[in-house]
Amino acid sequence: MRRTHTAVGAASAAAVVLGLSACSGGARADEDTLVVTDTLSDTSAPVYQEVYDACAAEVGMKVQANHVAGSGLIATVLQQASSDTLPDVLMLDNPDVQQIASSGALSPLTDYGITGEGFPRGVVDAGTYDGDLYGIAPVVNTVGLFYDVDALAEAGIEPPTTWDELRAAAEALTADGRYGLAFSAANTFEGTWQFLPYLWSNGADEDDLTSPEAVEALSFVNGLVQDGYASSSVVNWSQNDVNDQFIAGKAAMMVNGPWNMPALEAAEGLHYAAVPLPVPEAGDTLEAPLGGEAFTVPRTGNPDKMAKAGDFVACVTRGEHQLAMATGRGAVPSDTEVAAEAAAENPVVATFVDTVQTARSRTALLGPDWPGAATQIYTAQQLALTGSESPAEALERATEH
Amino acid sequence: MTTTLAGPAPVVAPGPGAARRRSRARLRERTAQWLFLVPAIAYVFVFFGYPIVKNLVMGSQDYTVRTFVSGEAPWVGLDNYAEVVTSSLFRTTVLNTALFTVGSIVGQFVIGLLFALFFKRRFPLGNVLRSLLLLPWLLPMIAGTAVWKWILDQDGGVLNEALGSIGIAPVHWLTSPDVALIAVVMVNVWVGIPFNMTLLYSGLQNIPDELYEAGALDGATGAKAFWHITWPNLRPVVSVVLVLGVIYTLKVLDIILGLTGGGPANATQTLATDSYRRSFQEFSFGTGAAVSNILIVVSLVFAVVYLRVNKRAVDE
Repeated sequence: MRRTHTAVGAASAAAVVLGLSACSGGARADEDTLVVTDTLSDTSAPVYQEVYDACAAEVGMKVQANHVAGSGLIATVLQQASSDTLPDVLMLDNPDVQQIASSGALSPLTDYGITGEGFPRGVVDAGTYDGDLYGIAPVVNTVGLFYDVDALAEAGIEPPTTWDELRAAAEALTADGRYGLAFSAANTFEGTWQFLPYLWSNGADEDDLTSPEAVEALSFVNGLVQDGYASSSVVNWSQNDVNDQFIAGKAAMMVNGPWNMPALEAAEGLHYAAVPLPVPEAGDTLEAPLGGEAFTVPRTGNPDKMAKAGDFVACVTRGEHQLAMATGRGAVPSDTEVAAEAAAENPVVATFVDTVQTARSRTALLGPDWPGAATQIYTAQQLALTGSESPAEALERATEH
Repeated sequence: MTTTLAGPAPVVAPGPGAARRRSRARLRERTAQWLFLVPAIAYVFVFFGYPIVKNLVMGSQDYTVRTFVSGEAPWVGLDNYAEVVTSSLFRTTVLNTALFTVGSIVGQFVIGLLFALFFKRRFPLGNVLRSLLLLPWLLPMIAGTAVWKWILDQDGGVLNEALGSIGIAPVHWLTSPDVALIAVVMVNVWVGIPFNMTLLYSGLQNIPDELYEAGALDGATGAKAFWHITWPNLRPVVSVVLVLGVIYTLKVLDIILGLTGGGPANATQTLATDSYRRSFQEFSFGTGAAVSNILIVVSLVFAVVYLRVNKRAVDE
């Protein structure tokens, strides 16, 4: 009896040891397969897959794509970095590129002859860390002003182009059961992202958030909510929620990005159009944030494969493939010429093509310190829009730390 | 644990051969005992010891994304704690954590107890209804919060529509900093009722009916029976329910993230959500770990209380 007990004990002890050692071995793909990790949804993945296949064939490799939810990507990347299992090609949201590049996990794309020539400045800025290009986005996006064509026609107003006009339009369009404008001012980076056009176009910068220009920008947005032209729920709305509100007819205009176009097209009876976001005064330049995912080549310690991965990224981001990816997921081709082609086909896309040319990278000024500033921005916006503090005090409070 | 292994040797006068035999038998027995302990010890070490020690160490390091690649995490002593405690957010998060915990526990316990007492009476469909009340427990929390977010929506949410029909102006449940914490507590109470009800109900089942019969003869019925029979007999269960409830509530993250994400304007930011935000949004793993270490210490205090209460309950 005792002997069996001993045996069982020894067996379970051995099982524990085996279990531990099993954790340390990571799965590695074959020598001739490039592993790509991206954040594509089920709808856009097939479009990208075609491009992946074409480019893999071009560089003489096979390709295996793993799709990760965008929200969990950084955690996955960090875990892979520490266990030395990074993929050969990694898609990163552009504001994360500098953060990850600063850790030393990525290799400069210039090693593979990718220079960013022909791409707008914002795209190159977003992918550059410490003077070297680490990521390049084939397609990009930004935010613009979507509006309900019928509602504006009914009220007899033109799409607004300045802050004053936006305010007046929002006021005129606010009716029973409908707000003039919807936007996201959530306490996430989405809230920050949507506030940046006001901040930047007014001449303020994220490294000096208590400047009069910043206060003015926040006061303008705050006024829209305090006067009831936008719901006070904006502090809890994601951009998806905003799109739902617009489709449901609960807002006549919304601030949002081109990735909503498939959903908007599918909405029955909705006539929508888009214009660039209004600027402070007529003649001012719109400076909106640049969005989009960049392709990077992580340091995997296998120079041959990294070179192949570099060629692969050069192929994927080339102009000829951009158009397919852009239409596939509602985005703007990065290459200026291809973008012009896309703009000619669709007037809504044309709006975003214009905005992208002057769009700014979120990490251009602060680099890896951007997340801290982004938190301050959404905190200030929340403090003001909930009526807890005046805009000036809110910015003061949020930057206190 | 080890004291049971190293028991005193029996004092007899053995012959030399017998002693050797016995000591070999003892050795074998001791080896077997250790082999039984090894899996448990390994489990505790790997799944409890390592993460906690790692978290404690991380709290005193400048731990950033860079650390994951280079492995370098410079030692910064108590700097992270200083940064966390002196930040303007700390007072808010501590106060919110306290209000959230106290509010949730009081709500869950009172309602849970009332339900437990109600279902103690036997009536048709009683068991069916009682199991239906477990529903919040069965729902994935993120799905639950999505539905609550919809219910609590200020412009067309079911709750405000209902309140409107009896003439109450719309409440900004999730978007007003004055109300949001109450709304979040409300949802957490809903989540916690089944736990409280189930434990208290089983506690009630253990009170012998004879006590009530005897009490009834002496005129103790209704409220009197509750205060003089039910409550004293339920006390050990009550303490356990409350202490466990506190520990579970302190660390709540999903409900708050799903409903408000800590907003509006940090009105529902607790130590748990702040730790998450610092680590996974700002990638400042050092300060994030510092916040969660503070939370661990608080939980530990209650865990000790739980152990003492439990010990007393067993002794009784």
